[in-house]
Amino acid sequence: MADFKSLSLSGRKKDVSDKDMTFMEKLYLPAIAKGMGITLRHFFKPKVTIQYPEQKREFSPIFRGRHILMRDENGAERCTACGLCALSCPAEAITMTSSERKKGEEHLYREEKYADTYEINMLRCIFCGLCEEACPKEAIFLTQDMAPADYKREGFIYGKEKLVMKMEDIKSNTK
Amino acid sequence: MDLGFVIEKSAIILVIFAITMLIALYSTFGERVFASYFQDRLGPNRAGPGGLLQPLADGVKMFTKEDFIPETPNKFLFIFGPFLFMTTALITSSVIPWGDTLTLFGREVKLQAADINVAILFVFGVVSIGVYGIMLGGWASNNKFSLLGAVRASSQMISYEVAMGLSIIAVLMMTGTLSLRGIVEQQHGFIDWSGNIPWFSWNVFKQPVAFIIFLVCAFAETNRTPFDLPECESELVGGYHTEYSSMKLGFYLFAEYINMFISSALISLLFFGGFNYPGMDWVAHNLGGNLATLVGVGVMFTKTLFGIFFYMWVRWTVPRFRYDQLMNLGWKILIPLAILNILITGFVIILNGN
Repeated sequence: MADFKSLSLSGRKKDVSDKDMTFMEKLYLPAIAKGMGITLRHFFKPKVTIQYPEQKREFSPIFRGRHILMRDENGAERCTACGLCALSCPAEAITMTSSERKKGEEHLYREEKYADTYEINMLRCIFCGLCEEACPKEAIFLTQDMAPADYKREGFIYGKEKLVMKMEDIKSNTK
Repeated sequence: MDLGFVIEKSAIILVIFAITMLIALYSTFGERVFASYFQDRLGPNRAGPGGLLQPLADGVKMFTKEDFIPETPNKFLFIFGPFLFMTTALITSSVIPWGDTLTLFGREVKLQAADINVAILFVFGVVSIGVYGIMLGGWASNNKFSLLGAVRASSQMISYEVAMGLSIIAVLMMTGTLSLRGIVEQQHGFIDWSGNIPWFSWNVFKQPVAFIIFLVCAFAETNRTPFDLPECESELVGGYHTEYSSMKLGFYLFAEYINMFISSALISLLFFGGFNYPGMDWVAHNLGGNLATLVGVGVMFTKTLFGIFFYMWVRWTVPRFRYDQLMNLGWKILIPLAILNILITGFVIILNGN
């Protein structure tokens, strides 16, 4: 049988003892002086604070933030409203309605069918990234940004106006 | 009494009042900044350059809060409490010598509001009245936690005042005067060459035990950590000022910082030579008396400000005492130690005298 009393999984186990204190320990002042030395060392240490609006903590490159619906290099929306993202979504946060592309709208939508409305409920979304994986058209991605706070629940249902990539960002569209 | 005297004293009182207020104001800011520095944080740095306007923002906040008075049969005492606490905190600064004499317009100006020959007695008397501010406030709040805080404060301050007084007696036996200016002038310079053995002239080197007892008691008297039982948030909500809001609360908090400032000044006067500094004779001889005095004032304030920093430093190092530990320390350790110190001091004085 193993000796459980001496077993230490973390390797940092210490036996507790309640010995009587020596005279030096009873004085307390040396211990307090030592403690004050420790606090003074912390006083001069570099600070860990990140001053938020000016400085931002770097996210991991695989951070999954709020979604973006991509446009192609000509500025046309890639999404074809196939519904695979909604199907794969474990939180059922995505809803959409589809429409057929009309003549003269080729510069707006890449495929013949497109999402007329596309809504993600950010309160339901668990940011798992399965929509990103399911998308056959490389239309939906999770970005490095956070979904900002809002005063009302309705504000968290993101429509196309919030999700679709801005026209001015097309140049940087290399994904 | 001539007009010059009145003007001189009024100016000194006004300046001391302004400086005390300013230092107390920036102590609140310093407390927050130092606290965060001890905890590896940056602290308030948004209001003004480096956060220097933070005390003003805090003041505006305090003034614009709702001034709530709880359901209490003693509305007058409720308002009187913070007033009394603040007044007693400020009165003490009148007998503290901030510097040596300046020669202005042919007058010898003592940098002190009142040079009375029983200054230490006066300080102790006023500090004892300070307990009333806490007691009245806590009692008139009509709240269990406030009352508990007030009871703790009064018993703590009364017990530690005994040890504080006894520790000072040893110093007084040596100096033979109760005047603060007299005590400071006896600690002239830094090293005293006049005796058989050259020794430091500051009292901290002559009476180290008295200094430690006085320091511990000063912490207890100002209700600072590790003896902040009257207002410990984790047990008593806010202690005696639980029911206070707006500027009445501000007065309590502010008076605490003034107390801290005054007690730091007292410690520096009694034990660290006040406005004395090494080489002051050389400065006075070569650069003139007025300049030496001004440097002395600077030294005095540096010592005092370091004292305030020390208060904050201890606050973020030593955890709070339990109540029985506090009483044990006061009655069973500090008071016997102070009495022993008096005995030893007495023996040494007799031996030296013969």
